[in-house]
Amino acid sequence: MNTKENIKKIIVKKPLKLDCGKTIENYPLAYETYGTLNKKKDNAILVFHALSGDQFVSGTNPITNKSGWWSYAVGPDKAIDTNKFFVICVNVIGGCMGSYGPSSIDPKTNKTVGTNFPVITINDMINAQYNLLKFFEIDKLFSVTGGSMGGMQVLQFVANFPNKTKTAIPIACTASHSAQNIALNELGRQAIMADKNWNNGNYFNTGSSPNNGLAVARMAAHITYLSKKSLEDKFGRKLQERDNLKFSFDADFQIESYLRHQGNAFVDRFDANSYLYITRAMDYFDLTKQYNKNLSNAFKDSKTKFFIISFTSDWLYPTSENKEIVIALNAAGADVGFIEITSDKGHDSFLLDVPDFLSSVRNFLEANY
Amino acid sequence: MKKEFKIISELIENNTRVLDVGCGDGTLMKYLKDKKNVDTRGLEISKKNVQDCTSKGLSVIEGNAEKDLHQFPSLSFDYVILSQTLQAFYNPEKVINDLLRVANKAIVTIPNFGHWKVRIHLLLKGTMPVTETLPNEWYNTPNLHMCTIKDFFNFCFKKKIELYKSIALNGEKTSTINIGNINIKNLSSELGVFLIKK
Repeated sequence: MNTKENIKKIIVKKPLKLDCGKTIENYPLAYETYGTLNKKKDNAILVFHALSGDQFVSGTNPITNKSGWWSYAVGPDKAIDTNKFFVICVNVIGGCMGSYGPSSIDPKTNKTVGTNFPVITINDMINAQYNLLKFFEIDKLFSVTGGSMGGMQVLQFVANFPNKTKTAIPIACTASHSAQNIALNELGRQAIMADKNWNNGNYFNTGSSPNNGLAVARMAAHITYLSKKSLEDKFGRKLQERDNLKFSFDADFQIESYLRHQGNAFVDRFDANSYLYITRAMDYFDLTKQYNKNLSNAFKDSKTKFFIISFTSDWLYPTSENKEIVIALNAAGADVGFIEITSDKGHDSFLLDVPDFLSSVRNFLEANY
Repeated sequence: MKKEFKIISELIENNTRVLDVGCGDGTLMKYLKDKKNVDTRGLEISKKNVQDCTSKGLSVIEGNAEKDLHQFPSLSFDYVILSQTLQAFYNPEKVINDLLRVANKAIVTIPNFGHWKVRIHLLLKGTMPVTETLPNEWYNTPNLHMCTIKDFFNFCFKKKIELYKSIALNGEKTSTINIGNINIKNLSSELGVFLIKK
């Protein structure tokens, strides 16, 4: 990692009381913007990133030199058209791309925060990010959107700030992390913590990071982002640069090689402790419970116009869970549209070139702007 | 806009809340929203139609009336519209009950299987009728429970459903249906439009 000094940041002076009871203040929030905020300041869209994302939504990520994670959807003339809209994305607290997180340096001790970082929640992430509205002097956003954990943040945002956005597009998400979701996240965390280099989270000065554990966590998670059919279509039983099985534990199959590559590429850009904290925040997410076991209560004061999108082959955050949000919104008398996009690409569909999905987002935004 | 939609929109008061079940491409919803300041929602089975509605700025939920009406709270709308789809449900009676739970009043339109062209087709040709309002063959029709205007009339009496307004449509011509003319309207009309209340 390099040139992190050039990342745009604000320092939030205002104390934030976290759900765990601790208070943070004077903490950095790293962000990036695309497009131009108009004079009326009514064209801003706050995009929330998912577990492994960051603020570099579109264009080239200056840290990884790869395309931004939502380049298919966000940019000039794209579904979220930055010729028209001003897109803001903030690295979540707990993240590792410049916002306050476990890899931050504690100015008091001059050491990495590590596992002294408090356990945070989706609610904490949203309350922190809300400061960006004040920074840009935006009274009301045009839209908030995001997929997966980004979608959970959309729901939390509207629940916390019912009339601070005109529209909201939660994508491929849930209002309450399921046992299956928690189980899969726990698998990733255990892989990290089982790596001896993790060293109870204190690995920054040891010269070795829990890269193997983090890579395994990423490999396991990556499988959950795909569908059986997409794996079958892309890899099948094809062999990796060989004509026959090697009778060894090398990556004989292309899928093995692919997953290993995904794991190795991930450790170059992501902090293992951040992975622990962010997955924990996802697991703790239960908006239904926050609102006395009635999800409708979360939206009862909101005039925000919702458009909820799910994908047929997403088994991580399936249509049924997205529909529960639709039902709760209907029960609250809220304004809501819903579409299930046909795609074989699994949960990752929202990040990929899925034309029906991208046109849905574009149509919704343009019709309501 | 087709005549049927004009009749329906005339039955709906301004500034009300309307759920259009099987809203298609949203033509009627858009009209009600723009011309009568109606707060509209739609339920639609076709993804393509949901997309079309979304690009018109309409709030439509992809779903099926038989599975998804339950999600709407009781009396959350002033009117609910069901245009020419009652006959396609497994359990039309349950759908009608759900419509009248969700809204104060329901507007239901049905393609009339009692129309003389349909009767003559079956009588003379001896095969299942294929007409302009019933364009499918028996083996690919979505229609499971065809009924006549008279059948629907009788159904409402039997189930103690109030028939506020009953309008017969034949081409561009409309007329009121009542107990006195039901047999003749059942023969001459292609479509029945009913405003009902429980």
